[in-house]
Amino acid sequence: MNFETTIGLEVHVELKTKSKMYSPTPVSYGAAPNVNTNVIDWGFPGTLPTINRGAYSYGIMVALALHADITRHTHFDRKNYFYPDNPKAYQITQSETPLATNGYVEIEVGGKKKRIGIHELHVEEDAGKNSHEDDGYSYVDLNRQGTPLVEIVSEPDIATPEEAYQYLEQLRQIVQFTGASDVKMEEGSMRVDTNLSVRPIGQDGFGTKTEIKNLNSFNHVRDGLAFEQKRQIQLLMAGGAVRQETRRWDPAKKETILMRVKEGADDYRYFPEPDLPPVFVSQQWIDEVKAKLPEAPAKRRARYVKDWGIPAYDAGVLTLTMEMANFFEATVAAGADPKQASNWLMGEVSGYLNAEHLELKDVALTPAHLAGMINLIADGTISSKIAKKVFQEIIKEDVDPKAWVEEKGLVQLSDPAKLTPIIDDILDNNAQSIDDFKNGKSRAIGFLVGQIMKQTHGKANPKVVNTILMTEIKKR
Amino acid sequence: MSYFNQDITKLHAALTSGQLTAAALTHATFEDIKRIDPEVDAFLTLNEEAAKAAAAAVDAAGINADQPLAGVPVGIKDNIVTKGLKTTAASKILNNFVPVYDATVVEKLQAAGAIIAGKLNLDEFAMGSSTENSAFKTTKNAWDHTRVPGGSSGGSAAAVASGQLPMALGTDTGGSIRQPAAFNGIVGLKPTYGRVSRWGVIAFASSLDVVGSLTRTVRDAALTLNVIAGHDDKDATTAALAVPDYTAKLGASIKGMKIALPEEYLGEGVDPKVAAQVQKAADQFRALGATVDTVSLPHTKYAVPAYYIIASSEASSNLQRFDGIRYGFRAKDVKNLEDVYVRSRSEGFGPEVKRRIMLGTFSLSAGFYDAYFKKAAQVRTLIARDFEQVFANYDLIIGPTTPTPAFKIGAKVTDPLTMYMNDILTIPVNLAGLPALSVPAGLVDGLPVGLQLIGKQFDEQTLLQAADAFEQATGYQDAIPGGAN
Amino acid sequence: MISKDSVAHVAGLAKLAFSEDELQQYTAQLDEILNMVAQLEPVDTTDVPVTTQSIHLENVMREDVAVNETDVNDLLANVPTKKGTLIQVPSIIDKEDD
Ligand SMILES: [Mg+2]
Ligand SMILES: [Zn+2]
Repeated sequence: MNFETTIGLEVHVELKTKSKMYSPTPVSYGAAPNVNTNVIDWGFPGTLPTINRGAYSYGIMVALALHADITRHTHFDRKNYFYPDNPKAYQITQSETPLATNGYVEIEVGGKKKRIGIHELHVEEDAGKNSHEDDGYSYVDLNRQGTPLVEIVSEPDIATPEEAYQYLEQLRQIVQFTGASDVKMEEGSMRVDTNLSVRPIGQDGFGTKTEIKNLNSFNHVRDGLAFEQKRQIQLLMAGGAVRQETRRWDPAKKETILMRVKEGADDYRYFPEPDLPPVFVSQQWIDEVKAKLPEAPAKRRARYVKDWGIPAYDAGVLTLTMEMANFFEATVAAGADPKQASNWLMGEVSGYLNAEHLELKDVALTPAHLAGMINLIADGTISSKIAKKVFQEIIKEDVDPKAWVEEKGLVQLSDPAKLTPIIDDILDNNAQSIDDFKNGKSRAIGFLVGQIMKQTHGKANPKVVNTILMTEIKKR
Repeated sequence: MSYFNQDITKLHAALTSGQLTAAALTHATFEDIKRIDPEVDAFLTLNEEAAKAAAAAVDAAGINADQPLAGVPVGIKDNIVTKGLKTTAASKILNNFVPVYDATVVEKLQAAGAIIAGKLNLDEFAMGSSTENSAFKTTKNAWDHTRVPGGSSGGSAAAVASGQLPMALGTDTGGSIRQPAAFNGIVGLKPTYGRVSRWGVIAFASSLDVVGSLTRTVRDAALTLNVIAGHDDKDATTAALAVPDYTAKLGASIKGMKIALPEEYLGEGVDPKVAAQVQKAADQFRALGATVDTVSLPHTKYAVPAYYIIASSEASSNLQRFDGIRYGFRAKDVKNLEDVYVRSRSEGFGPEVKRRIMLGTFSLSAGFYDAYFKKAAQVRTLIARDFEQVFANYDLIIGPTTPTPAFKIGAKVTDPLTMYMNDILTIPVNLAGLPALSVPAGLVDGLPVGLQLIGKQFDEQTLLQAADAFEQATGYQDAIPGGAN
Repeated sequence: MISKDSVAHVAGLAKLAFSEDELQQYTAQLDEILNMVAQLEPVDTTDVPVTTQSIHLENVMREDVAVNETDVNDLLANVPTKKGTLIQVPSIIDKEDD
């Protein structure tokens, strides 16, 4: 029997606002437990929520980047459930009228393009954090409570674990390029829940789906889905049935583990939030957000290839993160040759960052300095050998490369009027080498260049030296 | 000098003329409370020390003519949070709860120089019409201690009517200010939804709850509204409208005012003697130059069922935060989280609160939402449209506040449905978000009854103007418990 | 007629527990209330929009400005049990929803 797989993904993304979704306390990380909270975050009696307009604008921005239709008349709803990290015992979300619907993400798998539909996006508040200790107690920290989230729900258009991986990668890139979120799985600013079912090819209805939680990286998502796909197929082949259940991915054992069997749907008793007036999203508001929406990564890649002749692969690497793409573009804007800028960023810069486990924002290098250095090479002011020295300096220190090479006396000697007398002098003192060269011993040139370099403390421009040397030898 | 049964206006005159100091008034207030309240049981918590300190501060600063509440002792219904002063909502689940912030209305009263004398009894979480649902005590009607004071603001009404305070704040979700005001022969004002901030008001039903006042006179209601009304950045459901001077139209003629009297408000279930007082009131308005016509609000009979679904649904969600984790009562000897939830809530909430949580949870649950919550929310629209149609041609609607005068303690408490029907005349107003006021309309069998005036949204001024004219013409407010004034 | 089982199910959703006697009583009372509420059934609500808020405000929003004015120790003052600035709760047996 042949099976086909249906995968749907729910992705939660934390929005990069200053304050929380429904309370004005700061959104920040690493503070002592409960320090960034107020009476609203605690769900104290008598407290009321207010809507963070900035968070909603970010939500619109993400929706626009995902080609979704913005819902113009919208309201908030309560989702009711008891849990210690959920102080009001309801989450304020959007259920009936989500922020946006009907978007898509384009992916490429095995050279083929495919659109994965986005069913809807809605804004909501994050929960706090529970931790469990061996002393018989659990502990609640509400610092994260109320952090604005946008939840992105895909259509069940995803057919393989690899497509799921590509979808997440593209989604991450697109959202990151809006600037609305850091979208980092490791830091929890992007979280993924999966639904997967299989069915014999030709069967009409979907099979019973299982949910996987606790997925901390895209690789875990892919591996978890692959395991689950295989598990379900084996179960069906053996004459068994898939149960509707929630499973957890165990990265050490490389398998999904049963958490609980679902008996019917959860009953969240959604109803319209009476404490918040509805929101009307005007065309003007949409236009305002649109005007601030940075260019999408796919558009940037196309532009790099078309306008700057960057190879498609390189364009892909440069647009993996918005930081890198922005840096690249700024370097070109500062006057660097695009190909050289690309080479340096993909080569020396990435090499340095990987080796040191740093990100672009952690180093002193600026687009202006990188462009300055590239131009010093181009106009012959420094050799590519000296450039490596310059690079080691400007990545660590905020110094202008031109000023630095001048100060350190690393500027190449390229003026023939200055080089010719030095070269003539060395030829005068090395008649033997001239003879050797004329007798076919090309090594002799190397010796002469070495002498010139020694005389000029390595600053002579090798290209210019070669030209003058050949001319002068021929004269003798 | 006894300050018993003085109103804000008279006390302000005494305070500004130097006849009286805030300290002396506050001292006398607590003497009165200690003498009277053991019989009435209106207070849950006294704020004596802080009140005396606040009074001394007011005296030191002096009282200006534009500070009518300065130095005046007031009471706060105990579902409105007061920083550092125990706030229980008359529930065991909050029996030791000390809020860490003040409700906006409390801040505003304090800024106006009012002296917070204490916290007043209510039906647990404001769910009830008799104050018998308090977890702590049953407040008595100021006129007859064997009768209920009404509810849920029964403590507020009884404290004012028994002369302990000139003003107390209440909350009104389905009649909880107007009905106890009527039962105790005083003025109860429920402003338009969104006119007064709910920040710090322990939510019962968020789309219906409104803070208002219980006072001896209409003028005192206007003076209080001047202080507590206005937009609040902390409450997104408050309107961003300017606050007019609500005393501005007091005393102005109501000649030509168009008043509607809905036939449904004098129908089945309304005590004929109460109906007769309302007809007398209509004649009084005619005598004052207004016109009074009979109109129809055809969806009135659906208000009670719609209200109980909507209010209970919202309440079921609002009361989920009382889970024994962050504040309030946590059951003893709990083994795990489920225990904390179930036992704290089962032991902490009283029977009426549980009944409404059950009804609300059911109305929102899978498979029942459309037939219950959604249907009720649609009927709410029809009820609001009824009012809109009448207000297209009229300035004001009048009717009885309650179908009967105050009933006996224990008479209805075991029969939820009969108790619910008691609110039939006040509930439609909350569903439509309108302002309404109950003003004394004379006595029936020796007990006070109230005339309800209902206005257009945010038109409290017309309401106060008409009620003031009625009060000045009739003098009903001068009748006090225990005989003639 | 609402069944005792349904009432027990609703109690579970609301995190309430009832004794057998209470369950009987609540079932009877809820049934009575639901009968009263059933009066709404015949009302024609075709194409009638819902009203969930009575005064029709719109777009009441706050700018994204952060303020942190509450001392964590004040917030913790009413907590039944705590550890440092953490809220302590008897163990969460079901760990699924972390
Ligand atoms: Mg959601
Ligand atoms: Zn979510």
